[in-house]
Amino acid sequence: MRDERFNFAFLDERSKRMIRRALLKAIAIPGYQVPFGSREMPLPYGWGTGGIQVTASVIGPNDVLKVIDQGADDTVNAVNIRRFFQRTTGVAVTERAPEATLIQTRHRIPETPLHERQIIVYQVPVPEPLQRLEPREAETRRMHGLAEYGLMHVKLYEDIARYGHIATTYDYPVMVNGRYLTAPSPIPKFDNPKMNMNPALQLFGAGREKRIYAIPPYTRVESLAFEDHPFEVQRWDAACALCGSRESFLDEVVTDDRGGRLFMCSDTDYCAGRQAAKAAAA
Amino acid sequence: MSVILEARGLAKRFGERPAIEDVSFELHAGEVLAVVGESGSGKTTLLNCVSGRLRPDAGTVRFMTRHEGLKELYADLSEAERRFLARTDWGYVHQRPEEGLRMNVSAGANVGERLMALGERHYGRIRTAATDWLSRVEMDPERIDDSPRTFSGGMRQRLQIARNLVTDPRLVFMDEPTSGLDVSVQARLLDLLRSLTRALGLAAIVVTHDLAVARLLAQRMLVMKGGRIVEQGLTDQVLDDPQHPYTQLLVSSVLQP
Amino acid sequence: MYVAVKGGERAIRNSHELLAEVRRGDPAVPELSLEQIKQQLKLAVDRVMTEGSLYDPDLAALALKQAAGDAVEAIFLVRAFRATLPRLGYTEPLDTSRMRLWRRVSATFKDLPGGQVLGPTYDYTQRLLDFSLLEPASKAAAPEDERAADAMPRVVDLLDGEGLVERHEPPAGDPDPLDLTREPLRFPAERSVRLQNLARADEGFLLAMGYSTQRGYAHTHPFAGEIRHGAAEVEVIPEELGFPVVIGEVALTECQMVNQFAGSKTEPPQFTRGYGLAFGHCERKSMAMALVDRALRATELGEEVESPAQMQEFVLSHSDSLEASGFVQHLKLPHYVDFQAELELVRKMRRSA
Repeated sequence: MRDERFNFAFLDERSKRMIRRALLKAIAIPGYQVPFGSREMPLPYGWGTGGIQVTASVIGPNDVLKVIDQGADDTVNAVNIRRFFQRTTGVAVTERAPEATLIQTRHRIPETPLHERQIIVYQVPVPEPLQRLEPREAETRRMHGLAEYGLMHVKLYEDIARYGHIATTYDYPVMVNGRYLTAPSPIPKFDNPKMNMNPALQLFGAGREKRIYAIPPYTRVESLAFEDHPFEVQRWDAACALCGSRESFLDEVVTDDRGGRLFMCSDTDYCAGRQAAKAAAA
Repeated sequence: MSVILEARGLAKRFGERPAIEDVSFELHAGEVLAVVGESGSGKTTLLNCVSGRLRPDAGTVRFMTRHEGLKELYADLSEAERRFLARTDWGYVHQRPEEGLRMNVSAGANVGERLMALGERHYGRIRTAATDWLSRVEMDPERIDDSPRTFSGGMRQRLQIARNLVTDPRLVFMDEPTSGLDVSVQARLLDLLRSLTRALGLAAIVVTHDLAVARLLAQRMLVMKGGRIVEQGLTDQVLDDPQHPYTQLLVSSVLQP
Repeated sequence: MYVAVKGGERAIRNSHELLAEVRRGDPAVPELSLEQIKQQLKLAVDRVMTEGSLYDPDLAALALKQAAGDAVEAIFLVRAFRATLPRLGYTEPLDTSRMRLWRRVSATFKDLPGGQVLGPTYDYTQRLLDFSLLEPASKAAAPEDERAADAMPRVVDLLDGEGLVERHEPPAGDPDPLDLTREPLRFPAERSVRLQNLARADEGFLLAMGYSTQRGYAHTHPFAGEIRHGAAEVEVIPEELGFPVVIGEVALTECQMVNQFAGSKTEPPQFTRGYGLAFGHCERKSMAMALVDRALRATELGEEVESPAQMQEFVLSHSDSLEASGFVQHLKLPHYVDFQAELELVRKMRRSA
């Protein structure tokens, strides 16, 4: 299964050690973006190179890997990344979230709660939550150093003044451990509460921007808000057409060209599990 | 009255050229001090040095903090502490309001920013404070959600003042606060500044090349030439009975009221 | 009933097979050999080596073949391969004043020691399609003595004798430069780091940035002091020997721009410099690099930073074709979840409006 022409998990051991040192620093300072010597990976920047490098640095032969993109195991990018690790490590893979020891994800956190023996690796396109407000890195670094985050609240204030509510729906900024303003990666804000006090270790890799950050297990993660405009997650009027769930994040599917729509779980593993349970009960 | 700011022996040079040399003065709580002089006399460099924005080459600037006595800005305070002071106990009014405002967010957000930076997390209270301050600077509170881009120069300057005063600072630095404006607008703004500084008991350092501004706002004034203070004293005294030849020249070159 | 499409695995496999077929084209036409690419598409190979930052004509040719001639894709392949190689050591700095020259021109002096050597260049060709190339050509031969010239002094060094050009002494202790292939880019970046970034930068991006400095977005008044193309020896000092040993030769293109400079409070009026260096024959790239290098020195020389080419965060963060191409094209990846979240928001806002 494993292609022996490559080193285990592709990266050479020195590069992995460099990344693991950055990870240790990241875990020691929750939410702080650690610069690291990101390597050119055989996948394009913006397609998960940060997550892949983090996964490659922590994966061992006994790990069980799950890779998801938009919550699904079978989208082409998830398949491609999973194949890459199967080819370079030969580890076991799974689609069942609770069975995985290592989950690499793009844009979702699984609906099934994570547990202590798991690591979740997020692919991050833009690690700097302030970048859209202040593009100069030298300036944002100073703002993090001095914990000057008024600007972020100005943005949220403007949303409320203009729309009556905070109009950020994904990559919704969080405060980690009461200190660092952090980008949760483009997960929907629906997933933000799952980050708070999560028993799993959460690692974030941004390859193109060359940053690593982390949220250790059981760390406080708060979504920014105002007292009189508290943080809220999305809710749907519909239930999943396949498993009937009303608790999960739903994708909208266009069924015909006459405006037909239906909703189904974005987390395919969660949905399949519920369908199987229903079938067994019937 | 107690000293709120004290400068001793300040000097700053850019390359070979000294911008200010051996400048010393005191500012008392609630007092407005004008710094006058022609352009290139070192006024703005002095303002930057005493407001923590530019480290002088020599000399000290001490500020009377609320709870910890006199602190030297550059030796006793970290950059974080200076920046904290700058957005709480101090204000800084730029000549061009565009430099002191965030032009891409609403008037309300401009006024509310300092409150949010200090940890205010109640939208309603921020709105109330912003509305209140817009009226206090004689702006229409209805315009709270408008962009400063839609405001006239005078309105922008009022907004900048409101944005600075919302945290109840004790000391405000102003760099030519009225010089970009039409004469009639200038007069109304000066009136507003005078009543605000008196009502709030604000100490202020106002840099201006306009003696009329000094006369209207300041109890005391410094006259600068070539980076040095050539004369200082009570405003009326300096203007009515100037001692230094340069001051005499300045005063005589303006039409007397 | 719509069912989510399974079968990403199969889709990818099929796509790979299609790609191989399209790349090969009509099997009746003979397949390109690497040797053909190396010999007959040499400038493409040179660009891939330069931006791939790996001096290996065989691998660059392989990458071009695999990428069906797409230079940016080929550069990506070379970089990804390069990332798996251990860094065994560093060579000594190349001495470009001792290059064996195939071409050397200066726009600042009509004649100079060593003379102008035009060499192989498209510069003075008329850009008319040469229909004789439709047929396999007979041997093209150039006069023997035009082929290479011996080492000759660098033009900038001639000016330097008069003290008219700024000197660049290594900083105290001659510290090792940061290695951009091992360490992340941090700001502000010093010149040695900036030059590494520019050397790997996308040629099109650098060209546009350099061009902008000529059209009023940063005035640097450049003169092409010298462009030289030739081969330089590469030396290493093996630990067990302790003295330099030549391990081979690399083909290079070097450009030194000379820029007007009025002087500042601390510097007398003199010419400043911008520097460009590329593997192989990449003149456009090395000239654009030199322009941008000079523009990026604005702060150091006390110039107002007003234009994009002077802003190091702007230039250096957007110059890499892997980063740019990857992130632009990642928009092809599914964004269902984010789009769904936005869809709900727009609906909610329309309801409340």
